[in-house]
Amino acid sequence: MAAVATSTQNISFRDALRNTLASELTRDKDVFLMGEDIGRYQGTFRVTEGLLEKFGEKRVIDTPITEPGFTGIAIGAAMTGLRPVVEMMTMSFSILAMDQIMNHAAKIHYMTGGQVTVPIVVRGPGGAAKQLSAQHSHSVEGWYAHCPGLKVLCPSTAADAAGLLRSAIRDDNPVVFVENPGLYTVKGDVPDDPDFTVPIGKAQILKEGKDVSLIGYSRMTQVNLMAAEKLAEDGIDAEVVDVRSLLPLDTETIYASVRKTNRAVIAQEDWKSGGFGSEIAARIGEDCFDYLDAPVGRVGGLMVPMPYARVLELECIPDVEAVIAAVHKIG
Amino acid sequence: MPAEPIPTTWRADLEERTVATQAELEHQHTPEQLQDWYRQMVFIRHFEEKANFAYRQGKIGGYMHTYIGMEATAIGWNAALKPNYDYVITAYRDHPQPLLMGSDPVAVMCELMGRSGGLSRGKGGSMHVYDPDRGFFGGWGIVGGHTPLGAGLAFAAKYRGEDRVTLCYLGDGAANAGVFFESLNMVGLWDLPVIFIIENNEFAMGTRLEYHAADTELYKRGIPFGIKSERLDGMDVEQVAVDAKRIVDYVRKTGKPYLVEVMNYRFSGHGAADNDRQLYRTKEEEEENMKRDPLHRLEKTLKAAKVLTDKQIEAIDDEMLEKVEEIYEKADASPFPEPEEVYANVYSDMEPEKGH
Repeated sequence: MAAVATSTQNISFRDALRNTLASELTRDKDVFLMGEDIGRYQGTFRVTEGLLEKFGEKRVIDTPITEPGFTGIAIGAAMTGLRPVVEMMTMSFSILAMDQIMNHAAKIHYMTGGQVTVPIVVRGPGGAAKQLSAQHSHSVEGWYAHCPGLKVLCPSTAADAAGLLRSAIRDDNPVVFVENPGLYTVKGDVPDDPDFTVPIGKAQILKEGKDVSLIGYSRMTQVNLMAAEKLAEDGIDAEVVDVRSLLPLDTETIYASVRKTNRAVIAQEDWKSGGFGSEIAARIGEDCFDYLDAPVGRVGGLMVPMPYARVLELECIPDVEAVIAAVHKIG
Repeated sequence: MPAEPIPTTWRADLEERTVATQAELEHQHTPEQLQDWYRQMVFIRHFEEKANFAYRQGKIGGYMHTYIGMEATAIGWNAALKPNYDYVITAYRDHPQPLLMGSDPVAVMCELMGRSGGLSRGKGGSMHVYDPDRGFFGGWGIVGGHTPLGAGLAFAAKYRGEDRVTLCYLGDGAANAGVFFESLNMVGLWDLPVIFIIENNEFAMGTRLEYHAADTELYKRGIPFGIKSERLDGMDVEQVAVDAKRIVDYVRKTGKPYLVEVMNYRFSGHGAADNDRQLYRTKEEEEENMKRDPLHRLEKTLKAAKVLTDKQIEAIDDEMLEKVEEIYEKADASPFPEPEEVYANVYSDMEPEKGH
């Protein structure tokens, strides 16, 4: 069926990612995928399912379990203009490759005085899945968003998964693309257009409101939407700001919302202390102080390594109740 | 107290294993070729000495590492490459590569001096010189960190079906890095056309080979990964060139990786800021190794073969000294970057946030 710009399909976040990878592999022969178990095993979270069969071993490459090495190979290939999309089995494992991502990829364009670009995407699940415990569950996007030279994307909807991933693959700069595993089954309407993109660096308002701005990204945006529904029952009209892009950060959209509602609560799944939510809070404090009727509230993961037992894990991950409590706390 | 030199046995091994006889070598290279190498070597030696001078004058800052004593390696391997086609990547001892690959030497000196006319617009400095249009991909400061990038350059050549060869230089210190072993595994696994050249100058900064490597025969690093591996002389340009041509041709033809350990000795400190070499090696040891000076070895050959007279050698020396002086003067007269250039080149398509 021919793709029509206006037509959409109701598909999952995961399928949106897979379709986008497939369409970009089809469009551009310089695009290839690399990662652990993405081919024969079909991907740990099945994002790359079927792609090896469709595109072959040259384009969908199973790697040894050596994140620094294969990420470095992808970066080296990208320096010549190829466009690798590297999957981290979980973003927690990207910590091994952090030297390659932050100390190499992010700095190459600058260190070469603009002579070399690195059009690489490092993508994968970031955040808690279910009982994967301390070494497979953490959010590291805040670390990457700290680093100039990178772009850091954290979509929360299926449409943005497709549109932002396509933008990332077509971008000439290194992009870290975080997929919260809790989002893989979330469905949404995704345009069929094989050129559908969502611009990098633009936040969006997913629900308008006038009383408080619930600011978040990735899975916490979905939590914020649910919290807004519950708050409405108490007569609180919350606005939901989906940040989507941590770096570059669309402060304009965030500030416009806060200047309208005069209250802000920022939610992240990442550890609360020193995470990206703190950055947003600090900026609101710097630039929107006169508009605030209350201190900026923050919600974050408990400051503990992720425990295994489900009951303990659920303690750690911020939920709807945590967001509502933060809203009530700032009054 | 300097660390006691531990007797090494590699020299005897090497004599036996790889050095061709002088008679064999003489048939390989024309007098013109030998002269070219000599001119390159004298040029690099003077360029590096000038860089050291500039560093002492405060005209070059940060960390700077010169190639003095190791010139034969870069010259011999460069001679085996297809210019403006093959890829080269190295660590921070990176001045000779762009000079040999045809980069504007003034732009190299400008980079060392942090000028806007530098190859990296003054943003990289001595450790981060790049000229990708000529196939030179730097210029890296994390020991071992660039080795997968070298594998990635070779990956790209293979992906595109090109017969480009990648030379990835690294030091003996980097030969211990985990990411290097990962890279060896993948280039062996995927048959990537890269030649890892371990420039073994016997010191990882100030730590002698015997104190940093469990197995000091570093060429063996490639063997477990099915990579053809050899230990070679890095201080005799004729020998280097013969080995390099043989190995580059092999890699170009087969598309397979290769690993060589080239035996070297740097005459200067690790970096220009390394002022006390006696902490880790003795003067006697240095004097002994000066006998291997690639420049003197080549001079001896040139004179013995009657390619050059003492007078001609002196004339070349004067010429190169003058050339380097001109390069330095031009670089020194060139502008520093404008302050607003600080924001350029963070991204290819946007500016970063501004202000403190």
